[in-house]
Amino acid sequence: MTERELNFGQAINEALRQEMRSDPSVILMGEDVAGAAGRAHLGLMDAWGGPLRATRGLIQEFGAERVLDTPISEMGFVGAAVGAAMTGLRPVVEIMFVDLIGVCYDQIVNQAAKMHYMMGGKVELPLVIRTTFGTRGDERSYGGGAAAQHSQTLYAVLAHVPGLKVVVPSTAYNAKGLTIAAIRDNGPVVMLEHKFLGVSARGHVPEEPYVVPLGRCEVVRAGTDVTLVGIGRMTHVCLEAAEILEQDEVSAEVVDVLTLNPLDEETILESVRRTHRLVVVDEDNPAASVGRDIAARAADKAFEYLDAPIKTVTSAETPVPFAAVLEAQYTPRPEDVVEAVREQVGVIA
Amino acid sequence: MTTVVTTPSDQVSSRLRRLYERMSLIREFEERLKRLVESGVPVGAVHYYTGQEAVAAGVCEALEPQDWVASTHRGHGHCIAKGVDVVPMMAELYGKSTGTNRGKGGSMHITDIDKRVLGVNPIVGAGIAHAVGAALSAKLRRTDEVAVAFFGDGAAAIGTLHESLNMASIWTLPLVFVCENNGYAQATPVEYALSNPDVADRASAYRMPGETVDGQDVVAVWEAADAAVRRARGGGGPSLIECKTYRYYGHHQGDDPLRYRTAEEEQAARARDCLAVFRERMVADGPLSADDLDAIDEESRRKLDEAVEFAESSPLPSPDDLYTDVYVDGGA
Repeated sequence: MTERELNFGQAINEALRQEMRSDPSVILMGEDVAGAAGRAHLGLMDAWGGPLRATRGLIQEFGAERVLDTPISEMGFVGAAVGAAMTGLRPVVEIMFVDLIGVCYDQIVNQAAKMHYMMGGKVELPLVIRTTFGTRGDERSYGGGAAAQHSQTLYAVLAHVPGLKVVVPSTAYNAKGLTIAAIRDNGPVVMLEHKFLGVSARGHVPEEPYVVPLGRCEVVRAGTDVTLVGIGRMTHVCLEAAEILEQDEVSAEVVDVLTLNPLDEETILESVRRTHRLVVVDEDNPAASVGRDIAARAADKAFEYLDAPIKTVTSAETPVPFAAVLEAQYTPRPEDVVEAVREQVGVIA
Repeated sequence: MTTVVTTPSDQVSSRLRRLYERMSLIREFEERLKRLVESGVPVGAVHYYTGQEAVAAGVCEALEPQDWVASTHRGHGHCIAKGVDVVPMMAELYGKSTGTNRGKGGSMHITDIDKRVLGVNPIVGAGIAHAVGAALSAKLRRTDEVAVAFFGDGAAAIGTLHESLNMASIWTLPLVFVCENNGYAQATPVEYALSNPDVADRASAYRMPGETVDGQDVVAVWEAADAAVRRARGGGGPSLIECKTYRYYGHHQGDDPLRYRTAEEEQAARARDCLAVFRERMVADGPLSADDLDAIDEESRRKLDEAVEFAESSPLPSPDDLYTDVYVDGGA
């Protein structure tokens, strides 16, 4: 019998459905998490289902109270989710694109992340904030086509904040497990879902609920000569690069970060101590980024194991451009990673 | 006073007593705190509630223990009125490990979630949205809990209020918005900052009842809040109450309000002091006597003696406490 496969959005959808079935305190809220709110009497409902369709179909099982379409009020509804999380619900709130966190940054950074600490540990805040991010980076298609305010990565400004767990799934399998883990966690978790994972994220997803633990990196490809660290779609870029490097007889290990904060530093350092080289691949802008933070930690704690300077491969230090050719140039590609490794190992292409 | 005189006299008497007890305790807390600050005790940034006691006392008298309150940066009064113990509150201001927040919050975050205070909140307007969430939660959990969002005239200029009023209305939430219009957002007068300084006028734009109340009259505040809370609890949706009031001191302990308002204005406001107004009425009409009120004040002083002694004798946090409670334990 062939194993059941799901795509990325379907896996998240299944995780939400299963957690909503098992825990009546789990609710979804956000702009068009269902769509066509209030039009059920016309036979119209569930018109949208979020940008990845990850919430489609849920209103039909759980109703309009638990799949709550909101007005365009990010400050208000993210703040309401914080209040609901302090008072007995487990809200899963969707911010359509990570670019919109600028509108509600206070509620995430000052309120959700710090409430437990500020109250001396006396309140729990079981809140999940789901949002989408990223570029397609493929000039053969139309690119992401969404330009500077709907294509950013921006997780650095979330991973920076103590108290906030920040996760970035990369496959259908880990998306389901991380979604369930985030919902069951008693604190605030932001989950960033890449918009353009496509078939690379599709794969076997068990039907029963399962947890992929928060706070752990995963070694997704074993290797001996260099450690490639990826986040989200960049993990797939690293895997493609590793295939190319194999032709150079360079054996690349690939680590998928999965949780940006708190960072599972040890898994990365342990890999670097074995391979003696590190390339961090980050789709975010490079200044003050997660990628450079990982590089800095390795320099601090594994310097004596390194045989070559650490490389970071990041997006350009520019806003995300519109034209597909520019967007592809902006975003890290497998060949950029290969080039960085070749510099480290001294292979002339 | 019509509502008061038509209910049984012992209930009236005990309600009036509670109203004064809360006002008295808030006043004593803030006055004692002010003296401590002026004598050099380091309590961080504090925003005195003095002058506005009738608002917190009147609104919280309309609430049950299971109801939720979201507060502001000027939140000591809301906490005390909702039943938070002044003893660990004072310890919190001293930064002691016995404080309400174990020394991790201070005045701008002082709270007790067990008393269902969602937090004192110094990001102006942020707490309003938390009250929306508490009301949403109350409704979805099929409880009869009500939430109150306290906010100042300063927050009447921030977008969260609009978003919150709108969501509360479209979802028919059990929520009471209480604007404490004390005339100033820090040093900016309300008539400058708001196109319409009568905040209650906005209620009609959100299709909810709006009422302006004399915030120096604790009974009037209680009556308005009681009606709004009953409506919310009965499924009638949100209301907006604006209490016209006045803060006696500056925005925070280091602010000299005479840099932006006149001594004459301050004197006129103090002539309608909420405790004095209440005392005059009681002495004239009963049922509480001057001796009753004096005894309440004496109990407030005794409670604050205890609070200060506890705060001073309590231990500081340990170095390890810096690192605890950053992330919430448990769950997955």
